[in-house]
Amino acid sequence: MTARIPVRALGVVIALAILGLFPLIFSNPTDTTIAVFTLIFMVSASAWNMFSGNSGYIALGHAVYYGCGAYALTLLANHLGFAAGWGVFALVPVAGIVAGLVAIPTGLIALRARRHTFVVITIAFMFIFQLAASNLGFTGGTSGLQPPTPLWSVTTYNDNFYWVTAIVLVFTVALAWAVRRSRFGLQLLAIRDDEERARGLGVRVGRVKLSAFVLSAIPIGMAGAIYAYFLGQIFPQFAFDPLFDLSIALMAFMGGLGTVAGPLLGALVLESLQQYFTIQSGASQVYLIIYGALFLAVVLLLPRGIIPSVEELIRNRRARSAGGAGSGPPEPEDRGAGVVKPAGVA
Amino acid sequence: MSFTSLIHAVIDGILTGGVYALMAAGLTLVFGVMDIINIAQGALVVLGAYMSYELSTKLGIDLFVGLLITVPAFFVLGVAMEWGLMRRLRDQDRTAMSILVTYAVAIIIEGVLSVTFGVDYVQLNASYVNSTFHILGFYLPYIYVFGFILAVVMLAALYYALYRTQFGRGVRASLQNRTAAELIGVNVSRVRAVSVGIGVSVTAAGGMLFGATNAFNPSSGYDLISRLLSIVVLAGLGSIGGALVAALFMVTLEDVVAVVWSPVWATLVYYASLVVVLSFMPNGLFGKAAVRAQ
Repeated sequence: MTARIPVRALGVVIALAILGLFPLIFSNPTDTTIAVFTLIFMVSASAWNMFSGNSGYIALGHAVYYGCGAYALTLLANHLGFAAGWGVFALVPVAGIVAGLVAIPTGLIALRARRHTFVVITIAFMFIFQLAASNLGFTGGTSGLQPPTPLWSVTTYNDNFYWVTAIVLVFTVALAWAVRRSRFGLQLLAIRDDEERARGLGVRVGRVKLSAFVLSAIPIGMAGAIYAYFLGQIFPQFAFDPLFDLSIALMAFMGGLGTVAGPLLGALVLESLQQYFTIQSGASQVYLIIYGALFLAVVLLLPRGIIPSVEELIRNRRARSAGGAGSGPPEPEDRGAGVVKPAGVA
Repeated sequence: MSFTSLIHAVIDGILTGGVYALMAAGLTLVFGVMDIINIAQGALVVLGAYMSYELSTKLGIDLFVGLLITVPAFFVLGVAMEWGLMRRLRDQDRTAMSILVTYAVAIIIEGVLSVTFGVDYVQLNASYVNSTFHILGFYLPYIYVFGFILAVVMLAALYYALYRTQFGRGVRASLQNRTAAELIGVNVSRVRAVSVGIGVSVTAAGGMLFGATNAFNPSSGYDLISRLLSIVVLAGLGSIGGALVAALFMVTLEDVVAVVWSPVWATLVYYASLVVVLSFMPNGLFGKAAVRAQ
């Protein structure tokens, strides 16, 4: 156990070093474009996990806050007459706050429901926002909007966006870590395990759930704002994209739901892979098959996600090398078998 | 807006609603028995549509006759999905994991269809798809009526199988309490496999009707799944009769709003009404309160 904290600290240092060194080593615009998208998704998956991973409520409508952030930055930049350049980045936190404000009423309504109904209400919200953006006047309808485009060279352009997104990512991960370590985070975990019991023990479940929901919407709004500015245009079906919702959920699941590092790892692997496949295979759809099959294999082979599965492996190995007996049997995994056998009888 | 166009919208909504109910039936059955949200349902509908398309264009088999091939094929597919994927999920986070697993299946189906058929829109063709008949002052393709009849017949058969047969009792028993069902001699694993098989095979028919009444391409499933999921949740998960009522209600509402107000806002009203209803009735219209308190 004593070796644990230094290992973790070392991991953080290495991760920060890679984050800082990446644009200095890779200057190819294709690579840095993939990197910016990957960072955007790391922010989103991490923020999504802050609510859904900790509370167990699977939200499939966080594209609402992504899109709101994207439209907030674009509309504010255009209407307040921001010149293209660094100044527009000042609107990123503002977009995050707008997304957080939108999350209050939508969260209040969605969180009245439990489990499957909650999932469907969040999906419904996503479509309501997408359709509203397609049909309202001030959002530019289906032809979308264009934020100001900075006149940087391709390399500087990507690098600048990389640094801004990296800062947002560090902020998000710090927030996720703080939530996980706090009393508030423990209350969320209690809700995940047994909401009624948590309520009985004095957790103000409504308030805790809504706070986490709003807190998770803010970084996603910031990610959406960066996405809009990076792309230079914004359409309803890309800002409010159902695939975005499924992607970030998948990333968090793959890495390990409810862990801090899991969603980051999941987003790093999946988004970079998907971007790479898309660029490599061009218009061909073969990558969909590979992506789907890979995804399926991970979900079935590592049902708890990469980080928890690997941690368990290390723990078991340590227990074994420490002399085996008494250090506790490895947790029975028992997937598949448990479904076939009568679970309740045993 | 005239009175006839309103009547037209209602009739169109009811007939299309039947098709939606049939597509949603498989989803609600699989959910009811397995606690699994099958995100691949939309992709399966599109797969069914493409199979009917192949049978009718390459082999010249009539759309309805082709169902004699696609429905059993989908039954096998459903059993294979249950055996290969769904029963491997652990009980405690089955629903959440099922979203991921079936989403992966949806992506693979979409990929295979895109590689095989390309991404251009197609539509099923037959004499009764193109010819229309005259009713109450407007023209309606025959397929809408045939589709509605087929949907109602299949839903009735499904209802009968679930509520009036030994097999149906087994399904409902294993739905209510797995352990107790096993103790009284229900082979729960087999019941589950067969139920998913039936749920998926019904979807083949839904796919044919969808393909005959809509243009589709490999990614049409995504738009569909959110609609089907809304219908199923509005109905109350697991309720087949409720799915029919909810589908008729939602689709008719959308069609009427399109006529009375504007087509661009119709879909928004569809989802907004879903949110409103679920805010007051979290278990849906026909869902039992707090199903199986865990």
